[in-house]
Amino acid sequence: MSWADFFVMKGYALYVWGSYGVAIAVFVLEIVLVCHRRKISIHQLRLMRDAKTGI
Amino acid sequence: MTINWFKYSAPSSFYGLAGKLIPWFAWPAGVLFCVGLYIGFFVAPTDAVQSEAYRIIFIHVPASILSMIIYIVMAGYAALGLIFNTRLSSMMATALAPTGALLAFVSLWTGALWGKPTWGAWWVWDARLTSELILLFLYLGFISLQASIDDPRRADRAGALLAIVGSVNVPIIYFSVQWWNTLHQGSTIKLSGTSMHIAMQQAMFAMFMALWLYVIAVVLMRVRSIILERERNTQWVTELKEYQQ
Repeated sequence: MSWADFFVMKGYALYVWGSYGVAIAVFVLEIVLVCHRRKISIHQLRLMRDAKTGI
Repeated sequence: MTINWFKYSAPSSFYGLAGKLIPWFAWPAGVLFCVGLYIGFFVAPTDAVQSEAYRIIFIHVPASILSMIIYIVMAGYAALGLIFNTRLSSMMATALAPTGALLAFVSLWTGALWGKPTWGAWWVWDARLTSELILLFLYLGFISLQASIDDPRRADRAGALLAIVGSVNVPIIYFSVQWWNTLHQGSTIKLSGTSMHIAMQQAMFAMFMALWLYVIAVVLMRVRSIILERERNTQWVTELKEYQQ
């Protein structure tokens, strides 16, 4: 079986790659959002500290 | 030797522990995901009836099972928080909800893409599909209910009630294919064994473990942010090194 055949998936390419593509995209998005939330939380803490100390 | 089981129920000690544990779940998750994809696409044979379309099973079934397990775990943590008033349990419930919603979405999405070539329909109002859709709505309801209440302790309690009541839906999803005559096929893997090809079983198992470990890693990451947000006025947070810089 060639790579071209592999990507065609015997005519089921849309369904198979549509499933895996969206699933993987969603997982990657979740990781990005979770990392972003951590950065924001730490940033907020520093803002609070700086507001307190009056810097 | 006495072990202090309650040590890590304090957000301050759990925060550090969670940070150390994340890579131990995240890396095996990534490796197993690649192994699962490799076996699923290059080792597992083509299905005699469904041809290549059946390969969706390796992502669909693990995502569906985990969407149900996460709900039970979330409702369990929420109940613990409600009964014992433990802050960390409620934070865990809040951290689990988005990942549960995401897996319920993946389950429905991959199910639609599998239904079209095999049944000829993206969606049918069948018992299995409808109860899984309700599961997604329960997750979204839990998230929006908590987001709509400003006081975190009240949000925890309101969310907990919704989560506990909604847990009735999980056995309904699981047994729906037996209780009702559904278009959705019955379970391929049962306690009594399975008729699946060995390579298909291996791919499914690897993907299931990969997603499970992924869920633990990502939920630990999220709960660490929730801990920081909720405990921002405590002494221990101001002593953290990420905050000192």
